[in-house]
Amino acid sequence: MIDERVRPLADMIRIRVFEERCAELYGQSKIRGFLHLYIGEEAVAAGIIPQLDADDAILATYREHGHALLRGVQAGRIMAEMYGKAAGCSGGRGGSMHLFDAATRFYGGNAIVGGHLPLATGLALADKLSGRRGRVTACFFGEGAVAEGEFHEAMNLAALWELPVLFCCENNTYAMGTSLATSESQTDLALKASSYQMPAWAIDAMDVEATQRGAAKALATIRGGGGPVFLELRTYRFRAHSMFDPELYRGKDEVEEWKSRDPIEAYGRRLIAEGVITNDGIDELWQAAGDEVDEAVDYAESAAFEPVETLTRHVTGDVTDEVGGNGAVPSSGAVR
Amino acid sequence: MTSNTDDGEISYREAMREALREALASDDRVFVMGEDVADYGGTYAVTRSLHSEFGRERVRNTPLSESGFVGAGIGAALGGMLPIVEIMTVNFSLLALDQIVNTAATFRHMSGGQLSVPIVIRLATGAGRQLAAQHSHSLEGWYAHVPGLKVVAPATVADARWMLSAALADPDPVLLFEHTGLYATKGETGSGPVSLEGAAVRRPGADVTMIASAGMVPKALDAADQLELAGIDAEVIDLRSLRPLDRPTLAESVGRTHRAVVIDEGWRSVGYSAEVAASINEDCFYTLDAPVGRVATVEVPIPYPKHLEEAAIPQVADIVAATSAIVKGVAVDA
Repeated sequence: MIDERVRPLADMIRIRVFEERCAELYGQSKIRGFLHLYIGEEAVAAGIIPQLDADDAILATYREHGHALLRGVQAGRIMAEMYGKAAGCSGGRGGSMHLFDAATRFYGGNAIVGGHLPLATGLALADKLSGRRGRVTACFFGEGAVAEGEFHEAMNLAALWELPVLFCCENNTYAMGTSLATSESQTDLALKASSYQMPAWAIDAMDVEATQRGAAKALATIRGGGGPVFLELRTYRFRAHSMFDPELYRGKDEVEEWKSRDPIEAYGRRLIAEGVITNDGIDELWQAAGDEVDEAVDYAESAAFEPVETLTRHVTGDVTDEVGGNGAVPSSGAVR
Repeated sequence: MTSNTDDGEISYREAMREALREALASDDRVFVMGEDVADYGGTYAVTRSLHSEFGRERVRNTPLSESGFVGAGIGAALGGMLPIVEIMTVNFSLLALDQIVNTAATFRHMSGGQLSVPIVIRLATGAGRQLAAQHSHSLEGWYAHVPGLKVVAPATVADARWMLSAALADPDPVLLFEHTGLYATKGETGSGPVSLEGAAVRRPGADVTMIASAGMVPKALDAADQLELAGIDAEVIDLRSLRPLDRPTLAESVGRTHRAVVIDEGWRSVGYSAEVAASINEDCFYTLDAPVGRVATVEVPIPYPKHLEEAAIPQVADIVAATSAIVKGVAVDA
């Protein structure tokens, strides 16, 4: 059993190592399409997702590999999805931007900015209407989504109907290359959110423990029937927006300054200083994460592509399918 | 309340309401959501009084947030509910196009078949009430373009009564279009259940096949009555479902009549009528005695004045003219 204080470090390292490998595999053309890396932002997922219960729901963006990994989707199934293999967590149909896992109530992998916020309110509405008290729907989105109408519609509905939604705004400063300052008249996002009459505050999300504390408080409020909460998680993306981004919009100095606050290094130093872990202990975490990714890559490499003959599957279902059974109760984990 | 008249006929509006009532009464997962569906009773009075029977949680007013509440409906469907979302008109549904096309239609596929979105979206459609260019369009053909959606349009009181339960039983998103000109029409409710898919021959005939949907069906039937007086025996097919399109029924009919006219309240160019005509050409080309005809809305946003609105959308006289020209082998520009 991993130490409770070490776990966030291990989680962040798992994401970092997984994604560093993804970047390499992209260079080798093993992974194609868009690939959006979370490197630098790991403390957000590590500070929040492990605090969610098995029957809570999660929705994320196209920068969601880390969220899926920490939710418990097997690294091999995530990697196979990025390879486009049938053994992927979305059967290969989604790719990097569309990771799904019904068994862990992981509803994507959504690549229309802001589009999944109304879904989060709906999942929470289903819980409310069904009397499933205590459940939370956690919705991760970037600060770019705040400019979308769907953000405002979803915030209003969630607050109006007092729905159990945790809105996690991952403010990494840039929507692709557009900074918050050049795109919003009001850059204080918590202030903006609080206009919907929901508790909202900002968190230094380069600090995984600060993120944990904020999330714990928010989740307690929501589970206690207090309606939705908005968290602005101040973070930074160390890598380019996607693999196609030449990063013309920001200076190297700015990136270096944020990298000096690397959430993994900062938390590792803290744990060593407090005697919770040793340097060797941290090395072991990196080694274990590397082993996990090696296995994931082997799994993806050896998995098969779906035959072209089944191209038109998964467009519509059979009317004999059970209707409305999605994730209402987490299933055994088998992918149907 | 359903006001069954002595002859057993009720209105299309009452039939829809009865279908909603039955759905709400028979399954706790069902709820109705939309703008002014509760106290106001719905813009077209379809949901009137249902909130007093089933409460405001299950007959739920929403803010004017089409994208928000359609998305919430999709989310609720993912969460195990069976939402019925009302959008006031198809024009307003464009504010929710992202949710319908990018989310409802894609989730099954993007998740590799793990998830489905059993939502029913009811939309009013069609012209004829002098509501001008932002409340009168017929855009169901746009939605029929999208894999992952099902698009149906009850044209009869019986289908208004029974298609909803079939839509709710379907595991995928179903868009159910209600033509505003049909709400007051009366008819027999028939008996359910009915299939969601499959076209219906509403009037058998031997000389020509008229293919219509939604508000064009009664007009096609009226036109067929007039054509009969002129000695033309027209068959009228009500598509009922625009996606999927029931090509076998069309092919069987046109194979017998050797002539077809497609009647569509959507605009003509790049419209749904083109899809139907192309399907007939592909399936029946060697049995056709005439080019497939089309009667569709004139290429203009629907105007407010009554005479111009009537001139823009297909009328019985237009259908009669186009159909008789096809049967007689005369070229006509309908």
